[in-house]
Amino acid sequence: MTEKARGTIGSTYFPGKVCKDILDEMGGLFIFFLDSLRLIFAGWGQFPKIVRQVYFIGVQSVSVIALIGLFSGMVMGMQLYFALSMFGADGFLGTSVALSMVRELAPVLTAIMLTGRAGSAMTAEIGVMRISEQVDALTIMGVNPMRYLVAPKMAACLISFPILTAFFNLIAMWGGWLTGVKLLGANAGVYWSRVQSSLDYSDIEGGFIKSMVFAVLVCTICCFEGFYTHTRSGHAGPEGVSQSTTNAVVKSCVVILMADYILTSLLW
Amino acid sequence: MSTAPNIRLENLAVGYGGNPVVSDLNIEFPSGKLSMVVGGSGCGKSTLIKHILQLQPPISGKIFVGGHDVCTMSKRKNHCIRLRTGVLFQDGALLGSLRLKDNVALPLREHTRLKEEQILHIVQDRLNMVGLGHALELYPNELSGGMRKRAGLARALVMDPQVLFCDEPTSGLDPVMSAELDQLLLEMMRHFDMTMVVVSHDLASMRGLADFVVILGEGTSLYQGTIEDLEETEDPYLRRFLDRVAEERTAPRLTLPPLDPSMMKLNCNKILGEKETARKGGQC
Repeated sequence: MTEKARGTIGSTYFPGKVCKDILDEMGGLFIFFLDSLRLIFAGWGQFPKIVRQVYFIGVQSVSVIALIGLFSGMVMGMQLYFALSMFGADGFLGTSVALSMVRELAPVLTAIMLTGRAGSAMTAEIGVMRISEQVDALTIMGVNPMRYLVAPKMAACLISFPILTAFFNLIAMWGGWLTGVKLLGANAGVYWSRVQSSLDYSDIEGGFIKSMVFAVLVCTICCFEGFYTHTRSGHAGPEGVSQSTTNAVVKSCVVILMADYILTSLLW
Repeated sequence: MSTAPNIRLENLAVGYGGNPVVSDLNIEFPSGKLSMVVGGSGCGKSTLIKHILQLQPPISGKIFVGGHDVCTMSKRKNHCIRLRTGVLFQDGALLGSLRLKDNVALPLREHTRLKEEQILHIVQDRLNMVGLGHALELYPNELSGGMRKRAGLARALVMDPQVLFCDEPTSGLDPVMSAELDQLLLEMMRHFDMTMVVVSHDLASMRGLADFVVILGEGTSLYQGTIEDLEETEDPYLRRFLDRVAEERTAPRLTLPPLDPSMMKLNCNKILGEKETARKGGQC
């Protein structure tokens, strides 16, 4: 098959080419992920780099996660109170807020916020290093760029995402209490006792599994886009980096929501 | 007698996506000498270096470093060759997030068991050699272009390489700085007993530095040999290149008259005055 025939839009070859490109990219992403996971454990030298990345991805995201968690919880508390009180079931406010947060909203919103804050930065950082020959310089110095640049970020994401999700949960439940109990007058004792009794270990475990999966997806997609930014045809240099960053954020957000549906179906 | 390895290319074709940029290359860069690869813009000089450094796989042919075929050798042997190879990139390619001392120390921290004090001692020594002993704590964005190149050279030399590649070391530097960098490269080559391959456009550098010259053009190697033989060549392409003569044109370069000022949204003539060419009726 000639290059020309394969690229012809509208011919019978076109869907085949699209499928092949998608499979190529998925295969590339999977190998990229395995490589970065393996290289996390490539010696003690990785430890300081991982700590630095945990600070950037995790610690520096605390304020934004707290803010988003607080307002998500407040909105949920308000809307669920209005809906439940129509049926005289406002006592279940704690249950509703806790379950929706722990199972769904906390892992998804945390992952999307971290994609915007840390994922885009990862793509841009690696992309700029790629176009300014810094990645080539690492390779020439015998330093594996996957080990030096990507593996610490993967480890940091695997550490930060679940912790920030747990933090999101706490703040969101407090936000639900703020509107549901303090503002709208639901019973505080009932709210907290429902929160405690409705959550079991499988809910919390499921939320953590989701956040770990999202961490892998976000880190792999964002680092992959930056790492191969130079192969982007027609968009070289700074424009290529901006395209890669946009792509990384869009793909990550879409994949997070798709994975969320699949995981929810499998876990509960 | 130099102990540095030579670099030999056999029927090498290099390019991107299966499309050759330069092909039919049979070159031997002599050991312990400074070889210079020159040629017009876009003729494939940097591409050739990237392939020799194995940042890209060649389309066909073989690359030998010290008699070893680097395309077929094991990863471990390849890694060993990399550790003894230094590269000075066009803009230094220093890691922006690290201070100068950490940039230079990086290969030592990654590949040696030296203590931190010893590493810092070597780093200080190399930076002193390139005249940047005072800039240890600076970040790359706080350095000038010439300083970045010298810092890149210090990093390339920190592992005592046997082979050094320099990609356009003098581009973007003033003549004085270029001459200083040329001098520095010569001193380093003698000090470290290296085989050095320099890619450049700079004819003055070529005349001052090169022991062996390769000229690329028209998709292949047009000349390889000493600078003395090159100066006596009668080949018209090489002569034009050496004498800096522009290609003769059969068609005029300018085919359009200058832009009519009345077509501009703002009447700039009020501020800058009317252009001479416009007064002459737009004649080229």
